[in-house]
Amino acid sequence: MITKEEVKHIAKLARLGLSEKEIGKFQKELSSILDYVEKLKEVDISNIEPTSHSVLVENIMREDIEKSKIKNQKSKKLLELAPETKNGYLKTKSIL
Amino acid sequence: MELTDLTIKKAHQGLIKKEFSALELCQAYLERIKEKNREIFAFLTITEDLAISQAKKIDEMIFQGREIPILAGIPTAVKDNILVEDVKCTAGSKILENYIAPYDATVIKKLKEQGVVILGKTNLDEFAMGSSTENSAFFETKNPCDLKRVPGGSSGGSAAAVAANLSLFALGSDTGGSIRQPASFCGIVGLKPTYGAVSRYGLIAFASSLDQIGLMTKTVEDCQIVFEVISGKDELDSTSVKFENRFSKFIIRNRKSKIGIQNIRIGVPREYFVKGIDPEVEKVIKGAIKKYEGLGAKIEEISLPHTEYALPCYYIIAPSEASANLARYDGIKYGFSKSRISNLKPRTLFDVYLQSRGEGFGDEVRRRIMLGTYALSAGYYEAYYLRAQKVRTKIREDFEKAFQTVDVIFTPVGPTPAFKLGEKIDDPLKMYLSDIFTVSVNLAGHPAISIPSGKVGNLPVGLQIIGKPFEEEKIFGIATIFKQ
Repeated sequence: MITKEEVKHIAKLARLGLSEKEIGKFQKELSSILDYVEKLKEVDISNIEPTSHSVLVENIMREDIEKSKIKNQKSKKLLELAPETKNGYLKTKSIL
Repeated sequence: MELTDLTIKKAHQGLIKKEFSALELCQAYLERIKEKNREIFAFLTITEDLAISQAKKIDEMIFQGREIPILAGIPTAVKDNILVEDVKCTAGSKILENYIAPYDATVIKKLKEQGVVILGKTNLDEFAMGSSTENSAFFETKNPCDLKRVPGGSSGGSAAAVAANLSLFALGSDTGGSIRQPASFCGIVGLKPTYGAVSRYGLIAFASSLDQIGLMTKTVEDCQIVFEVISGKDELDSTSVKFENRFSKFIIRNRKSKIGIQNIRIGVPREYFVKGIDPEVEKVIKGAIKKYEGLGAKIEEISLPHTEYALPCYYIIAPSEASANLARYDGIKYGFSKSRISNLKPRTLFDVYLQSRGEGFGDEVRRRIMLGTYALSAGYYEAYYLRAQKVRTKIREDFEKAFQTVDVIFTPVGPTPAFKLGEKIDDPLKMYLSDIFTVSVNLAGHPAISIPSGKVGNLPVGLQIIGKPFEEEKIFGIATIFKQ
């Protein structure tokens, strides 16, 4: 069973605001799922390479040249989706 | 003849013979949606204006005597995690409740080029995380075969739409069974293509190494027709793969000589017929296998020894990738945000993150984000994520070995037919177990189809046919034989 403190720590890492009641609920649910995945320990994985993708994935490079001008309308569309903008930039709370 | 009962070929012939117009076909579906969506709840958004304008364009082409592609004027429904430009795309989540897609997904672009008519966007489990469509932030979709039961998930809206003739075909996505399981529950055809066969550009990411866009159709033939259109390498998805289109040849060979099936070797893995499977489902699947044996196929019992580890492996890998993919929903770039809400004013950037994400995501999504965050966090990475990736190698090797001696593998799609609404929603682990026969295929990257193979009472049961990577053509050929 993971502790409430661990749940709080994970929620903080994941940037999820949870109520005390929710922390208790997730503590129980996450613990039962983590118990279930313990089963993986039965598999002998010595000398086994990990699989990240089922197909061969490699970096694909291209020349560092502008491919097409992003039309004003396209960038406007993207900015319109933001909750707050200023002078064509996304606005956030101050970081420092 | 009902316009909403047609297959793609029949609808196409009707259009070119001018038996009906594309607008009439489109309106027949829109009317049926208006009538039936009130009880089935398959659609989140109905794109009536878009559909009518697309249909009119096709009618204009026909009027001018121009040749039209086979998919021109064919009505479709799109799972609401695939972007259609200028149409709302929610992913079934409150966090994207008002998100308007700024561009078309590659599959949508390809379908629009063919003249497909888009009727609307279908309901799903939030961010495609779930097996019943009950995790949608908006409403539950009902199974058209029995309104008290779930349509399956996460592509439950697309499955219900096709099963209830609210759309001729539909797009879905499959990360651990999300196309095949609802196809099985609703009695339609559902294809999860090989990983890389169809571009994922414009699909809202859940678990990128497992996600795949695929199809939900009434017939195998329809599935094949649309697959030919949407598959192929896309510059905008670096994991998409160029592969040879061999399917047409395979199908023709089998149709001309009905004896083609005699050279087919079908593997039946013993690990899929163990405790937990509904005996009635087992009977239907065994019956389907017998039918193939009767037609002359060679049936071989095989072993996929790591089958029992696929589900725990999946429930480490999928949440880990999800926790990284869903970090983008920050309340700043787009989507639900608490940054401007005044009564509980967030003071810092950190508060904006906590409140926007804490309130914007539903329970299942938060559960998986936390599970993934835990599995990837310092001190646990090797014990969970890396171990799961190594087990994934073993699962992949099981399939490689099996496919050395067989052409395709037959299994049930799920251990039970459609379950009741509310039956599993309070027990996450119980819900996860409905994917026990489908997740291996995503981990290994293979293609697989679900075809209706019988019923338990009034509830459909799907047979899963798994093929080698990029051998969708063989799956179609073999699945077609069953229908004949």
